[in-house]
Amino acid sequence: METPVLKIEGIKKRLSNEFSLDVPYMEFKEGNIYGLIGPNGAGKSTLLKILNLLEAPDEGEIFFNGNPVTPSNLVETRKNMGMVMENPYLFHTTVFKNVAAGLKFRSTDKGSWDATVKEALVLVGLDGFESRYAPDLSRGESQRVTIARILAFKPKILFLDEPFSNIDRKHALILEELIKNINKESATTIVFTTHNIIQATLLSDQILAMREGRISERGDDTQIHIYTKLLSNI
Amino acid sequence: MNFILESLRTAISLILAFDKEVYQAVWTSLYVSVASTIIASAIGVPSGLLLSAREFPFKRLAIVLLNTLMALPTVVVGLVVYGIISRQGPLGELGLLFSPAAIVIGQSILALPIIANYTLSSIKGADSRILPTAMTLGASPTQGYLILLSEVRFGIMAAVIAGFGRVVAEVGVAMMLGGNIRGYTRTMTTAIALETSKGEFAFGMALGIILMTVALAVNLLLNYFQERRG
Repeated sequence: METPVLKIEGIKKRLSNEFSLDVPYMEFKEGNIYGLIGPNGAGKSTLLKILNLLEAPDEGEIFFNGNPVTPSNLVETRKNMGMVMENPYLFHTTVFKNVAAGLKFRSTDKGSWDATVKEALVLVGLDGFESRYAPDLSRGESQRVTIARILAFKPKILFLDEPFSNIDRKHALILEELIKNINKESATTIVFTTHNIIQATLLSDQILAMREGRISERGDDTQIHIYTKLLSNI
Repeated sequence: MNFILESLRTAISLILAFDKEVYQAVWTSLYVSVASTIIASAIGVPSGLLLSAREFPFKRLAIVLLNTLMALPTVVVGLVVYGIISRQGPLGELGLLFSPAAIVIGQSILALPIIANYTLSSIKGADSRILPTAMTLGASPTQGYLILLSEVRFGIMAAVIAGFGRVVAEVGVAMMLGGNIRGYTRTMTTAIALETSKGEFAFGMALGIILMTVALAVNLLLNYFQERRG
């Protein structure tokens, strides 16, 4: 049986006085796209941060490629992952330095940065933006730079927290295409959160619906059923 | 009024003639101030970072103490360091008293809380997404903190300049620990105090003009970096 690229077991994390994040088991297979949907405060972003090893759970274990994540291998394991946050931050420097940041953290050969950064910028349609000052970019361009910044170091898993929430329909369509291309070309596992059930259904191999800190529904070959059921819950 | 104008004329001619004694005091002032600012920055910037980014017991007390030390009187620093490095003091054998090194020690202590505090407030005011962003890109904690410092670089520069501004204009430490030895530990401020008391008003005025020019340049720089930070 294929080892999942990422697996969590018995994850618990207190979210508020009323409820906690409680995910007994979840696995993510290589090359799949997962859409995590649910209302505000359901625990989607917290779960994403736990999966990206940015926040420690109160209880439970995380496995990367079958190996448990421990404090001693946490930073190294996180280097296999990338995350675009809901309100991404661009460093106050050039687009080039932003996109090369992940390469720098991984101490990759500096000689390869030019080509790698260019390749990532071409993928997001921002070829030639290298010397632009990042904070001067438009919202849509900024969003794409944050994705290019992750693509440059080719993570095995890409987390996107509400990637469609701050952009218009035109840019949402570009981003949808981009997500599909990244997944197809490099077999990157992608996990994204969204409020948009249609978007989740169209993009993902599996939908995970969250409610009050728990996975309330899972969908794969019965996505449409889940989709309908979810719609009826709204 | 004539006395002041005449003194001003003499002062300007001393400056333009590159009077050796005037410029010796300027040079001593600048190099002890730069040295103490470098030392205070090397300790103050990481301290400010530690205070803002890490949690530890008595953190609030440490911040209150740091705020209090911002207003440390220069003569108190002079007194304490004098007690430590004077012949009877614990470090008396090093023979540091009345040397430029003694002034550097005292001025470093003066600048340290200012630099640490400015750094602390810069980091506190920084965007809270900087560290998490660096971590999502694979940064180790050290790399994350370096990115954070780089993002608040204008605030850090303002901190360093404010520290320099504090020490270049102080007189208590330089007088008590340097001893105002001509050509050796005489700084602009101690020379102004001494020469004026001797009646050499024009000489004091020449140094005063240079000191004010340095202070103006420092404040212009500080203002520039504070604007950039905002």
